[in-house]
Amino acid sequence: MTAKALLARAAQWLPALVVAAVVIGLWQGLIVAFHVQQFLLPRPSAIATTFWSDRHELWPAGWYTFKEALGGFAIGSGLGILAATLVGRFKTVGTALMPVFIAANAVPIVAFAPIADAWFNPFSPHSKMAIAAVLCFLPVMVNTLRGLQSSSPRQIELMRSYAASELTIWRRVRVPTALPFVFTALKIASVLAMIGAIVGEYFGGATSALGVLINSDAQIFQFTTAWAGILTASLLGIGLYLAVAVAERGVVRWAPRAQGS
Amino acid sequence: MSAPEQTVVSVEGVTKTFAHGNVTALQGIDLSLAPREFVSLIGPSGCGKSTLLRVIGDLLEPTAGRVTINGKSAREARSDGDYGIVFQDAVLFDWRTVAKNIALPLEMLGWDRQRRKERVAAMLDLVELNGFADHHPWQLSGGMQQRVAIARALAFEPALMLMDEPFGALDEMTRERLNLELLSIWEQTENTVVFVTHSIAEAVFLSTRVVVMSPRPGRIAGAIEIDLPYPRTVETREDARFFELVTRVRELLRLRGEHLLPEEEAALE
Ligand SMILES: Nc1ncnc2c1ncn2[C@@H]1O[C@H](COP(=O)(O)OP(=O)(O)OP(=O)(O)O)[C@@H](O)[C@H]1O
Ligand SMILES: [Mg+2]
Repeated sequence: MTAKALLARAAQWLPALVVAAVVIGLWQGLIVAFHVQQFLLPRPSAIATTFWSDRHELWPAGWYTFKEALGGFAIGSGLGILAATLVGRFKTVGTALMPVFIAANAVPIVAFAPIADAWFNPFSPHSKMAIAAVLCFLPVMVNTLRGLQSSSPRQIELMRSYAASELTIWRRVRVPTALPFVFTALKIASVLAMIGAIVGEYFGGATSALGVLINSDAQIFQFTTAWAGILTASLLGIGLYLAVAVAERGVVRWAPRAQGS
Repeated sequence: MSAPEQTVVSVEGVTKTFAHGNVTALQGIDLSLAPREFVSLIGPSGCGKSTLLRVIGDLLEPTAGRVTINGKSAREARSDGDYGIVFQDAVLFDWRTVAKNIALPLEMLGWDRQRRKERVAAMLDLVELNGFADHHPWQLSGGMQQRVAIARALAFEPALMLMDEPFGALDEMTRERLNLELLSIWEQTENTVVFVTHSIAEAVFLSTRVVVMSPRPGRIAGAIEIDLPYPRTVETREDARFFELVTRVRELLRLRGEHLLPEEEAALE
């Protein structure tokens, strides 16, 4: 990439950075100006300071929770893609299972958290992984299925004119068509996985887990520490999302970019 | 099969009804093509030209009747890769570059990389898209996309070409040039062509025979042998015989349903 292209790329990010800076600046300024109590909302500067000073506790806790989220993300998304592949391949299975999936989608997953704790040891990461996996499964499965079904009939006709087998059509048409859908779902799932892990930990978990830490800090009025925990969770969540987005750029190279290029 | 070398395409009593919408797209179609024939199908929009092409290519199952290609069933012919098809719209794969789109049928036939590369280069030359090998379809104009589709269909030199308004999206200049190119390819190779078009002049210029179709339900209204000598050139279009034939096709079209007023239609019943 040339220096010019790099500059152009940086210029794209500029508005977002400016907005973020303004929001944080306003937050800080208004709290100072109106003497807002710190238990209501701490200053960003205080949160940042705690984020750094408590790093030996916060960061390993974040990493612990992140691993749960990652595990749940991998399992849930993997099963989602697998299920969509099977359902897409065998129509009757699909029609039988789809209502079940729709019903499952309507279940508030938070309600499932105590059950997952009962199934697995609440202090083991597996219970949180299960919650994260359940959260990730449906969006990935439904989007992948949609993607697999959105191939153009003309493209399939053309492949048939080459006497292509179903498997070849699958590999050369259905899968590439589905990939952008899959990545959209994976980005949603990356966010849900982090939410699932943290919320799961609010119901109890290992003392070294971020959600447990945030929850207990809030209960003993350590709001700045709780906020620093939230900041840690946010950064990790954004990190996972960005990782998926980068993978998407590597795989779905053909798609016209919404912006830039 | 009786004398398979006598007919490349044989359509016998083909009827196609779409359950969805209860449309009879084709009604009792009989058509047969000898080797090296270049037959154009012409007729008003919705008269079943594309449907007939799909039935010949075994992409649609006829409701009644039979299609044989080189003495084989249409199904066998398709699995033997006996024909190449160009659809009305380009039907390109977004995730493949222009070069890779053209190479697709060659990959399916198991050509090696070097051979594919050479053929793709020759095809890009033919459709004048040399600089665009590594572009993606969405970076091309509609006419350029259609040229890629034409290059792809011609790339593997199928013995039978099914072409559905391949030049419909092109400007007049490109269209006339590609008409000449198509004819020269056709004259060099041994292939047989079924060509759908809306342009009477194009049909007459290219074909050995023009088949006129009429709508609702789609039938064959008549056929006109085009006795203009090959090779046809730019001068052919100025030939008196060319105009005569164009007029005959136009009259047949008019007589059999194109732009009919309701009262004319009633008079014909
Ligand atoms: N898949 C389908 N399902 C239902 N009806 C169809 C289908 N495909 C075509 N038809 C109908 O069959 C008739 C013939 O369609 P076809 O596409 O063959 O026409 P055409 O002669 O190619 O028209 P055009 O010149 O506009 O391309 C039309 O009335 C159309 O509505
Ligand atoms: Mg058509």
